[in-house]
Amino acid sequence: MSDVTAQTTDGHHHPAAPGGPTDPPPEKPRRLFGDRIGSVEVLTAVLVLLVVFRGPVSSAISSPRLQTWTTVFVSVMVQAVPFLVFGVVLSAVIAVFVPPSFWAKALPKHPALAVPVASVAGVVLPGCECGSVPIAGSLIRRGVTPAAALAFLLAAPAINPIVLTATAVAFPNNPEMVVGRGVASLIVAMLMGWLWLRLGKAEWIRLPHRHDEGVGKLIAFWAAVRHDVIHAGGFLVVGAMAAATINVVVPERWLLTLADNPVLSVLALAVLAVVLSICSEADAFVAASLSQFSLTSRLVFLVVGPMVDLKLISMQTGVFGRRFATRFSPATFAVAVLVAVGVGVVVL
Amino acid sequence: MNRQAQGVVLLLLGGAVLKASLTDVYLRYVKEGLQPFLIAAGAVLVVAAVVTLAHDLRQQLRGTKNEKDSHDHSGHGPTVGWLLVLPVIGLLLVAPPALGSFAAGQSGTALSSQAISDYPPLPPGDPAKISVLEYASRAIYDNGTSIGDRTVQMSGFVSPGVAGELLLTRMILSCCAADGRPIKLGMTGGAPVDLPADTWIEVTGKYSSKAGTDPVNGEQIPYIDVQTWVRIEPPRNQYQ
Repeated sequence: MSDVTAQTTDGHHHPAAPGGPTDPPPEKPRRLFGDRIGSVEVLTAVLVLLVVFRGPVSSAISSPRLQTWTTVFVSVMVQAVPFLVFGVVLSAVIAVFVPPSFWAKALPKHPALAVPVASVAGVVLPGCECGSVPIAGSLIRRGVTPAAALAFLLAAPAINPIVLTATAVAFPNNPEMVVGRGVASLIVAMLMGWLWLRLGKAEWIRLPHRHDEGVGKLIAFWAAVRHDVIHAGGFLVVGAMAAATINVVVPERWLLTLADNPVLSVLALAVLAVVLSICSEADAFVAASLSQFSLTSRLVFLVVGPMVDLKLISMQTGVFGRRFATRFSPATFAVAVLVAVGVGVVVL
Repeated sequence: MNRQAQGVVLLLLGGAVLKASLTDVYLRYVKEGLQPFLIAAGAVLVVAAVVTLAHDLRQQLRGTKNEKDSHDHSGHGPTVGWLLVLPVIGLLLVAPPALGSFAAGQSGTALSSQAISDYPPLPPGDPAKISVLEYASRAIYDNGTSIGDRTVQMSGFVSPGVAGELLLTRMILSCCAADGRPIKLGMTGGAPVDLPADTWIEVTGKYSSKAGTDPVNGEQIPYIDVQTWVRIEPPRNQYQ
């Protein structure tokens, strides 16, 4: 899998520079404050100031809107952290302890066959989408064909037993929603995998570089955990801030004016799924409460949400690179909307 | 962002998650069932931070900053990692309250998504202690049959409704506060007036056949005929 290792270039490579063999890194200027005052010292100073001025800071955000924003932001982070850590630990295990030969044996040789197998394998990963991004990155690093890893990335958060059970609970009178969700998500995952085989270019994926080699396995394991939490977690913060903003700024009333038009309602809920960034274990309950919308448009909401949303786009940018995210997310969005509408017409 | 800084940020994040999950602070943001996973995740973050910092310290003491490490320091950690300080500040310094009347006013009552299909008899006791959700669901979908003439008691916070009327409200969570949705209940009879929003009260009363509609989503809002009410402290878990 030599072409795969070639993609693994430095995450901060200049965008204009082509992938492939990396030039020696240019000598960076020394830190602004010399060697003594580094970023950690600045962070400490900021935190100390925040503790000292805690009163004024708290009262500055005491308006109900800002307070609700903070609550939603913190809650998205708190909710996502266990899943992020679970995904990161699993991806570190894959990266450090599972030999590449395992994947060669576990997945069919032919990439086109590996895609459906990887999609269905998503069933076994109980979790939401924050965890699956680092896992997919780790799979690619270990030589799994990107098409299969991406199919897994899309399928895992949507079709695992926990999410399907939650959907069944949220729609007690419409069990066909569960079927529709599972089937549509699987189809989208496989289509995107095959689409990647046809159109995808390996150099779009730029996995951030890791220096795992030459150290003990345990050190390498913790280094991988640290690295992935900082990378994916940082982008998760961006997504959580965006989701909190939408949550507070857009009142539900605006949305409901769109519910009567069949085309607009599908588009509205598809976009809402992207901007709300609710985790896949909870989105069924939100969909159930949008009772003015047609079942088809709510199915679109459930299929798009776990595959494309603000925090996912942000995390994919961090883990796979910008060039990947700007192509993959819109394509997935379009395919997911079309497939979900198609499945909705048949099943619902 | 050098490795030392990454270690410190991880330590802060893990510590903040641990602190929130070992006290009741986490209940403002997520469901109670997430607690063991939060503790585990916080512990993993702290261990990762300690390993990172210890490894870094050992290398600094040895003074062997080889080629690989200097590269590691210049280009390894992305700047975006610094943003992880924000949830730490949010959890440790601000610790915002649970969703209240502002969030309740933003979205329509979410009764239809929570409809219960069968209605067993109310729990014993006079008054019968039930939840706002249970009352609302029985009142609308069972037309109050299973409530009958019993006296019921429930708690929630006050949020402003149409024309200054006060609603008894409780937020329900399915996962975290981002999907928190209100269940709203109108009050007739000896209903409280002029309470500031977000005041927690315990209401005792009987079934009322009156129903209104939520201007946000047009869903039905049932009413309760209030006999007495008292101010209470917010409960440990403010969601249902």
